[in-house]
Amino acid sequence: MDVAILARLQFALTIAFHYLFPPISIGLGLLLVFMEGMYLKPKDELYHRMTQFWVKVFGLIFALGVATGIVMEFQFGTNWATYSRYVGDIFGSILAAEGVFAFFLESGFLAILLFGWNKVRPRTHFIATVMVALGAHFSAIWIVVANSWQQTPAGYHLVQGTSGLRAELTSFWEAVFNPSFLDRISHVYMGAWQAGAFLVLSVSSFYLLRGKHREFARASMKFGLALGLVASTLQLVTGHSSAQGIAEQQPVKLAAYEGHFDASAPATMYAVGWVNEREGQTYGIGIPGMLSWLIYGDRSTPVTGLNAFEPEDCPPVNIVFQSYHAMVAIGMALILISLLGALYWWRGKLWHTRWLLWILVFAVLGPQLANQLGWLSSGHDIAGTVRNDLSVAVHPLRLLAQREDPKRTGGHCH
Amino acid sequence: MSLDLNTMWFILIGLLLSGYAILDGFDLGVGALHLFTKSDTERRIMLNSIGPVWDGNEVWLVTGGGALFAAFPEVYATSFSGFYLAFMLLLFALIFRAVAIEFRSKRDSLRWRAAWDVSFSVSSVTSALLIGVALGNIAFGLPLTVDHEYTGGLVGLLRPYPIVVGVTTVCLFTMHGAIYIVMKTEGDLQARVRSWIPRLIAFFVIGYVFTTMLTLTFLPHMKDTLMQYPVLFIVPFLNVLAIANIPREIYNGRDFRAFLSSCVAMVLLLALFGIGMYPNMIYSSPVSEYSLTIYNAASSAKTQQIMLIIAAIGMPVVLGYTVSIYWIFRGKVKLDAASY
Repeated sequence: MDVAILARLQFALTIAFHYLFPPISIGLGLLLVFMEGMYLKPKDELYHRMTQFWVKVFGLIFALGVATGIVMEFQFGTNWATYSRYVGDIFGSILAAEGVFAFFLESGFLAILLFGWNKVRPRTHFIATVMVALGAHFSAIWIVVANSWQQTPAGYHLVQGTSGLRAELTSFWEAVFNPSFLDRISHVYMGAWQAGAFLVLSVSSFYLLRGKHREFARASMKFGLALGLVASTLQLVTGHSSAQGIAEQQPVKLAAYEGHFDASAPATMYAVGWVNEREGQTYGIGIPGMLSWLIYGDRSTPVTGLNAFEPEDCPPVNIVFQSYHAMVAIGMALILISLLGALYWWRGKLWHTRWLLWILVFAVLGPQLANQLGWLSSGHDIAGTVRNDLSVAVHPLRLLAQREDPKRTGGHCH
Repeated sequence: MSLDLNTMWFILIGLLLSGYAILDGFDLGVGALHLFTKSDTERRIMLNSIGPVWDGNEVWLVTGGGALFAAFPEVYATSFSGFYLAFMLLLFALIFRAVAIEFRSKRDSLRWRAAWDVSFSVSSVTSALLIGVALGNIAFGLPLTVDHEYTGGLVGLLRPYPIVVGVTTVCLFTMHGAIYIVMKTEGDLQARVRSWIPRLIAFFVIGYVFTTMLTLTFLPHMKDTLMQYPVLFIVPFLNVLAIANIPREIYNGRDFRAFLSSCVAMVLLLALFGIGMYPNMIYSSPVSEYSLTIYNAASSAKTQQIMLIIAAIGMPVVLGYTVSIYWIFRGKVKLDAASY
C-alpha cells in the first residue's frame, strides 16, 4: 500500500468518525429548542426534566464532535499540504468563517445550556439553547460551502503563486453560493434532523420496552416522531433536487449513481443491481427510462452516460452505485418507519406495539448509515473537479485544467 | 515595518493565539495540577472550575488554525505537514483530554475515575509541551527546501532549544492554571494551591531566563526587529513588570488581579515572540532565504480583505459573549446536579 492510499484511508476514517457526532448535535439541538420551548410556556415540570436529560446527551455528543473536529481542521494541512497551498485562499477563509460565526456561538452558549440551570433565568437559558442550535446549523453551512465548492467551484480564478499555480478568490459570495450549495445544505440538514430525531426515538422506545420512565419516554417520543416524519419526508424532496442539480453540474456522478454507461440513451433507475465495471454493464431490477423521467420529466430523454467521459474521470462505479442505492433504500425505509410510528401513535397503540418499538430502537442506525453512505457516494466521484480527498492533492492542476475546458473528447469508463 | 494587510494579519493571528494561550492556557494548567489533589471531590472541583469554558477555549485554537489557513496558506501547509507526527500526538492529547473531562464523572467506579484522571492530566501536559516545542521550532529554524517543505521527522524537531521552550510553556501554563484555581476555589484546596504558587512562579522564571539566554546566544535573527525599532523594548520591559506583579498580588490576596497580571504577561510574551519572528513565520535554517515570511506565504489581498471584514463583524460579537459567559460563571465553584 502506498503512502497516498494510507493517507486517504486515514482521512476517510477520521472524517467518517467525526461525522457521527455533528448531525446529532444539529438534530438534537433543534429538538431541544422545541422541548425547552414547551417547558417555558406552560411551565410543565415534565418538559423541564426532559430538556435536562437530553441536554446531558447533547453535551457529550458535542464534546466528541469538537474533539474529532479539531482533527479535521488539522488534517487538511497534515495530509494534503499541496492541496492546502493550492486552495488555501478560498478553503481557509471558509473554515475561518466557520470558527468565527459558528463554533464560538455553539461552545459559548453550550456552557449556559449545560451548567447554567441555576445561574440564569429560564428565559435566558432558552435563548442559550436557541443560540446553540443556531450555531450547530451555522457550522453545517460553512463546512458544506467548503465541500460544495470543491464539487462545483465558483468565484475563483487560477493564478501563478509563489509555489505553483493556485486558486484565488474573485468573489466571496459566488464561492459561497456555488451551484450545488443549496441542494447540498438542505440534504445535509434533513439527514442531521433525522439523526437527532431517531436518536430520541431509539432511547425512548428502549425505555418503553423496559418499562422505565414511561411518562418521560412517551413525551420525548412525540418530539422525535414529529421531527423524524418531517425530515424523512423532506429528505425525499432535497434528494430529488440534488439529483437534478447533479445531472446538470456533475453528469459523471449521476451516471455512476445509476451505473448508466451508454453515452447518450434514456436511463434506467435501479432498485438493486450490480455493476460490471470491466464490461461496462449494469445488471439489476429497475424501471427503464425512470431516471430520464425523474430528471427531465420525459422517459425517452437521453442521459449522458459514463462512456462519454475520459477513463481517468471515472469513479469506481460499483462502490458509488452500491453506496448510493443503499442510502436511498435506507431513506425510503425511514419514511416508512416514521409513517408507521405516526399511524400507530395516532391510533393510540404505539406504546404497546413492541415489534414497532424494537424497530425504532435500531432505526437510530439508519440515518447514521445513510449519512455516511451519502458522503461516500458523493465524495467518490471525480467529475466534481476538486474532491474531498487525495486525487486532488496528487494532480489538482489536471483536474482544474479540465474544468476550464469542458469539452471532453473520446475515451470511456471501462 | 508598515501596517500593510500582511502585517495586520500577522498581528491578528498573534492575537488569536494569545487568546488561545491565556484561555486554554489556564485549563491545560489545571490539568497539569489535577493529579496533585487529594480527594474525588477536589478533583471534581478542579474539573468543574473549567467545566463551562474549556471547549470554548479550544475554539480559539480552531479559529487561529482557520485564520492561518486563510491568511497564510503556505505556513499552514508547511507547518502542519512538516510537524505531522508532533501534531498527531497533539491531536491524540486533545481528544483524550476532551473525552476524559466528559467521561470521568459519569461512573462511580474508582478505577474508571482514576484512569480518566491520569489521561486528563497527562494529555494536558503533553498538549502544552507540544505547543511550546512547535513554537520553539519555527523560531529556531527548520531545514526548509526551496519548495517550502520540511522533510525531516519527529526526532528532527526534538532539539534542545525547542524542548526548553516546550518545558517553559508547561511551567507558564501550570502557574497560570494554579492562579486560576486559587481564584475559583475556597478552603483547604485553595490554601494548598496558593502555597504552590511561589514555586511555580520560580520554575517559570527560571525557564524564561534560560530561554532568553539561549535565544540571544543562538538565534541572532530574533533580535533584528527589536534592534531596528528600539521603541519596542517597551514590550519586554512591561513583560518583566507584569511577571513581577504576580507574586505581589498573590501575597496581598488579590487573586483576580494576579490572574490578570498573568494574562497580560502571556500576551506580552507572545508579542515578544512575534516581534522576534517578524517578518518571518517559519524561519529556515541553514538557508534563511527559504524562510516563509508574511509576504511569500500569504493568500491573495482579496482574501485577506474579506477575512478582515469577517473578523471585524465576528470578533466583537465573540468577545461580547465570551465575556458575558465568564461573567455568568464568576465566583467560586459549587458542585451541583449539572456538574461533571
